[in-house]
Amino acid sequence: MGLYSQLKDSISRVTDRLFSEQEPKRIGIYGPPNAGKTTLANRIARDWTGDAVGAESHIPHETRRARRKENVEIERNGNSVTIDIVDTPGVTTKVDYEEFTDEMEKDDAIRRSREATEGVAEAMHWLREDVDGVIYVLDSAEDPITQVNTMLIGIIESRDLPVLIFANKIDLDDASVKRIEDAFPQHKTIPLSAKEGDNMDEVYDNIAEYFG
Amino acid sequence: MPKATNADDSDGSDGVQIDLISGERMENMATMEKIRMILDGVHDGNIVILEEGLTPDEESRLIEVTMSEISPDEFNGIEIETYPKSKANDSSLLGRIMGGDDSTAKLTVIGPANQIETLHKDETLISALVSRD
Repeated sequence: MGLYSQLKDSISRVTDRLFSEQEPKRIGIYGPPNAGKTTLANRIARDWTGDAVGAESHIPHETRRARRKENVEIERNGNSVTIDIVDTPGVTTKVDYEEFTDEMEKDDAIRRSREATEGVAEAMHWLREDVDGVIYVLDSAEDPITQVNTMLIGIIESRDLPVLIFANKIDLDDASVKRIEDAFPQHKTIPLSAKEGDNMDEVYDNIAEYFG
Repeated sequence: MPKATNADDSDGSDGVQIDLISGERMENMATMEKIRMILDGVHDGNIVILEEGLTPDEESRLIEVTMSEISPDEFNGIEIETYPKSKANDSSLLGRIMGGDDSTAKLTVIGPANQIETLHKDETLISALVSRD
C-alpha cells in the first residue's frame, strides 16, 4: 500500500470515529492516580450541567469505577459540542493496601485496594473498546516521564484515538508545564488548574475544537 | 518451554533469578502466552527481561491481567520499565504510518513491585535496585 493510501486510511479512521456517529462521542479522562481526573470531570460537568460526576480525595484510588456523565453540551463561539465524559480510575501497575492504612482501618484498606485493581482493569477495557477520544491528565508538579504514562500514551496512539494532554495543578508552586510539553511533544498540552478553575476557557475551546 | 525455577529451589542460595528472554523465543507466542510467561516468572520472584518488549495492546492486557492477580500480602503487582520514547523519534502520525513507531524492539524489565525499584531512567539508561523480598 502506498504512503498516500496509508495516510488517507489512517486519517479516515480517526475522522470516522469522530464524525460518523450521531450520538455524543465518549471522551475518556485518563491518567495516573491523583492527577486530578475527577476534579476535572466535576469541573466540566458542573460548568455545563450543574451536576458533579464523583467524589474527590487526596487519597489515591478514590475513583474505583469508570463513571460516565452523558450529554455534556459545551458551547463555544456560537457552536456547541455534546460529549459524554467518562471519568476513569487512575492507571497503575501495582496496588498495595498498606498505602492506605494511615488513612483507614486495614479491612477498609484491603477493600479499597481490591476495588482499585478492578477499577484499573475496567479503565483499560474502556480504553480498548469504548472511548472515542482521550483527555490525558497529568499533575504538573510531578515528573511526567513514568512507565505508566509512556505505556498509556503508546496504547492511545496505537489505537489512533485523538488525545489532548491536560497539564493540571498549575496552581502548585512546583508546577512545570514545559516538562510535560517536552515529555510528549507529539501532542497538544493545555495548562489548567481544575481545582481553581484556571484557564478553563482554553480547555473548553480545545475540547470543542478537537472533539467537536 | 521449561518451567522457570526460583533461585531458592535450584541451589538454595539467597539470590534473585533473572530471566533474559530473547525476541526469537517470543515471536511465535500468542499475547496471553507472553503475559502468562511474564507473570508466572514475576510470581516466582524473578526479574524478567524481554529483549524486544511488548506491543501497546499486549502492555494494555498485561496491566489488566496483573490487576486481576493482585492479592493483599501476597502479590502487589509489577514494576515495568522500558526506555522512554526518544524525542527525535516521536510518534507523529506520519511516523506511525511509515511504520517507524510500530517496532516494539525495546528492552523491557519486569519484576515484582515489592522487589524492584527504579533509581533512574532516561532514553538510554535504566538503573534499578533489585532486592530479595
